[in-house]
Amino acid sequence: MSSRSHLKNESLLMRWGVPVLFGFAFLGVWEGLVTYLEVPAYVLPGPVAIFEALVNGFGSLMGSLWVTLRITIAAFLIALVLGTGFAVLFTESRLAARALYPYAVALQVTPIVAIAPLILIWVGLDNAEAAVTILAVIAAFFPVLANMTSGLRAADQNLVDLFRLYGATRWQIIRGVRLPSALPYLLSAMKISAGLALIGTVVAEFVAGSGTSTGLAWRIIEAGNRLQVDRMFAALVLLSFLGISLFFALSALEHYLLRHWHDSAERKAK
Amino acid sequence: MSIPLLTPPLLRLCDIGHQFADGTTALAGVSADIAEGSFVSLVGPSGCGKSTLLRLIAGLDGASSGQIVWPGGRPGDIGFVFQDATLMPWASVADNVWLPHRLRGISREEAQPLIDEALERVGLGGRYGAYPRELSGGMRMRVSIARALSLKPQVLLMDEPFAALDEITREKLNDDLNHLWAEHKWTVIYVTHSVYEATFLSTRILVMPGTPGGFVADEDVEAPARRDDGWRADPDFAQISANVTGHLRRAAARADGARYMS
Repeated sequence: MSSRSHLKNESLLMRWGVPVLFGFAFLGVWEGLVTYLEVPAYVLPGPVAIFEALVNGFGSLMGSLWVTLRITIAAFLIALVLGTGFAVLFTESRLAARALYPYAVALQVTPIVAIAPLILIWVGLDNAEAAVTILAVIAAFFPVLANMTSGLRAADQNLVDLFRLYGATRWQIIRGVRLPSALPYLLSAMKISAGLALIGTVVAEFVAGSGTSTGLAWRIIEAGNRLQVDRMFAALVLLSFLGISLFFALSALEHYLLRHWHDSAERKAK
Repeated sequence: MSIPLLTPPLLRLCDIGHQFADGTTALAGVSADIAEGSFVSLVGPSGCGKSTLLRLIAGLDGASSGQIVWPGGRPGDIGFVFQDATLMPWASVADNVWLPHRLRGISREEAQPLIDEALERVGLGGRYGAYPRELSGGMRMRVSIARALSLKPQVLLMDEPFAALDEITREKLNDDLNHLWAEHKWTVIYVTHSVYEATFLSTRILVMPGTPGGFVADEDVEAPARRDDGWRADPDFAQISANVTGHLRRAAARADGARYMS
């Protein structure tokens, strides 16, 4: 084996093998301690009990996962479009940026839990899913706006000048230089935003309360009320799985879109 | 000094002055006539406004005072080559060269012969699909030149295009640029810090002062259009380079004196 392939194997082991082994060791110690110390299941169930709860409640939990995923993705996409749209507006119009940016910041720093009851009243408890989506959009919107504004402004000024010299319209400059230059910024923001959309969805579902929404957060509340801690953990595992999946899917998209031209993709490819 | 032109110049700079937004004067009283088909180099101490003048000629900025006149009408196609290659990193070599055509609504298929021809001319015929990051600094600059040439411009403006390259690459690109110019005779206005580069390439060298003001020297370079290492070893080459260097030294000294006094 050459030293290069040896190094490659070593890095693969470090990248995947070590965290997986650590995870199994952690679960083993957890199960062992819970059994040995006879911890009641309504305080802390072991990993085996959580797995059983996941299998037994698979149908209802997957239904709830689908609801949470649907709202998260809808909110994420809306935040993406709104954030990009406002970023373009702020870059092209100093007046709009001056007038609106402080309010975007205010919306960002206001805790979403505090806005949630208002949104629920306005949208109506009958439309809990719409209210939850709006709250998740508010949570996910700002990183896209902030990063896209930076990205659009970071475009190579010489390239912008070149476009102008060749008679490009304002829209051609936005589409041809500013948006592609901002793509690495957008993709970074998307990874943060997707996580925030999920958090926003869960928090909003908590506030909306049981019976109005059927997402994973509601399953957690429902299981908590019945002291089914293993089922709470099972829902939590699915939420983590959802968050991690979104992150990895967006990382893969980032690598795919930037692989030819951006340093961030190059480093990951090595 | 330059011989008075018998035919109207392609470009006339009339008492150009320019101030930046912060009030700094970049240019003052710059006048010159540029003949069609000439290769004019602008040299001068750092910060003397060479690049600013080039941007004004390109129309990227408006002069604060004076006039830029194109007696025969402003050419429709002006090529511009910046100090760095200014390529779109997300686009392939061919797509980068296609850019000026794309902005005019010409499809890739229609532009393909022009793209092929321009890339062949700069010796990059086999690299259509490569991305800028896969190319060396010299190759990127060739793509940049190919993009400017693909328009078949009447005027080519170049702002220290080879300044960031190593000596050998720079000399090779100077040779190639001279051969292209000798063949096509576009009007070139070339900003450079290198006196030798200016003497090698130009038919005329304009020396800018260190503090805003008109050109302090206007040196004709009489040599065959197509040049090679023989010209670099020619006594006239050395003499012209020495003259221009002398003008530059005096300009820089005056600028230092003015800064000291202020």
